[in-house]
Amino acid sequence: MCGTCGCGTDGNGATILKPGEHSHSHHEHEHHHHDDHHHHHDHSHPHSHDHDHSHSHKQRVIEVEKDVLQNNDMLAARNRGYFEAKNVFALNLVSSPGSGKTAILEKTLTDLKDEIPFYVIEGDQQTLNDANRIDALGIPVVQINTGKGCHLESDMVYEAVKKLEMKNDSILMIENVGNLVCPSMFDLGENKRVVILSTTEGEDKPIKYPDMFYTADVCIINKIDLLPYVNIDIQKLKDYALQVNPNLQFFEVSATNGDGMDTWYKWLKDQV
Amino acid sequence: MHELSIAMDIVRITEDETSKANATEAIKIELEVGVLSGIELDALKFVWPSAVKDSVLEKAELEIIEILGKGKCKDCNTEFDMENIFDVCPKCSSNFKDIIQGKELRVKTLEVI
Repeated sequence: MCGTCGCGTDGNGATILKPGEHSHSHHEHEHHHHDDHHHHHDHSHPHSHDHDHSHSHKQRVIEVEKDVLQNNDMLAARNRGYFEAKNVFALNLVSSPGSGKTAILEKTLTDLKDEIPFYVIEGDQQTLNDANRIDALGIPVVQINTGKGCHLESDMVYEAVKKLEMKNDSILMIENVGNLVCPSMFDLGENKRVVILSTTEGEDKPIKYPDMFYTADVCIINKIDLLPYVNIDIQKLKDYALQVNPNLQFFEVSATNGDGMDTWYKWLKDQV
Repeated sequence: MHELSIAMDIVRITEDETSKANATEAIKIELEVGVLSGIELDALKFVWPSAVKDSVLEKAELEIIEILGKGKCKDCNTEFDMENIFDVCPKCSSNFKDIIQGKELRVKTLEVI
């Protein structure tokens, strides 16, 4: 399981997965939801009822026909409506750990913060480290720690956005948990999804983790300053990515020395 | 481990539906899972017992209806079977396609008492 999606690093899947584990913040999130639906609490009452009058309960089939992700999608739509009303351009940044999401973010914020109001939501399993890095630039930021959770969901973003009190006509950067598998299924309400790859990763990553590339709009290839030292064929990487998603738009950048960032900045400014 | 989130969403939907039907327990659930949905069935089955524990689904039989992937080429209109989301048109090799089947992730029916 851990090998499948890169989360649950304790190595003992069963322990991590226990729903009663309240220290697991993702489960707290689920319980929070149950609190919203008060009939969940009624659940135990009909149970006792069942034992008293078991004869009155008939076996029947309910045609449910409901998308499993409908709750997440609904809240994502709510986020999206809020962003639209405020003319906030929201980006969901996804990648494997270590591709340079936070570095790209820092560089972008440093160079553009005088022109565009930015807000940031940081998603990590643990620590406030990334939020501290963004805070040091004077940008309003909220950190979501997912605990053992391996991706952000739309209700977490909804809560985080409430704390940000964003101005109109701004950009919201949502840095997802570093993971190329799990975040792909969860719409956060973003306008565009940006997948980041670095030149130190294999060129076949897009077909190894196709779901993420299929759902992305933009692909940033980071660490191009390392190209002389690494064995990667950028064209091949792009071909693989386009095989998964022929509509992807690419940017080749180095967050370290700033190469290629201007094209990315121009695209960002055009979106606001 | 997004399969755990998915399983918890299924539990939530089931709790709602069971309660709406004034039932107390689900004895069978039918899920439709497309092969291109992004769900690993082995992972879902692995997390299932933990996810349904102490819920109306605890004793329910889980039936998974796997839905095969199908695409339609945007360039030559060929319909073709898909195993992977990156499969190209077998006729003209185009990357441009609509996925017409296989992304499903749905609670289809619930048998309750």
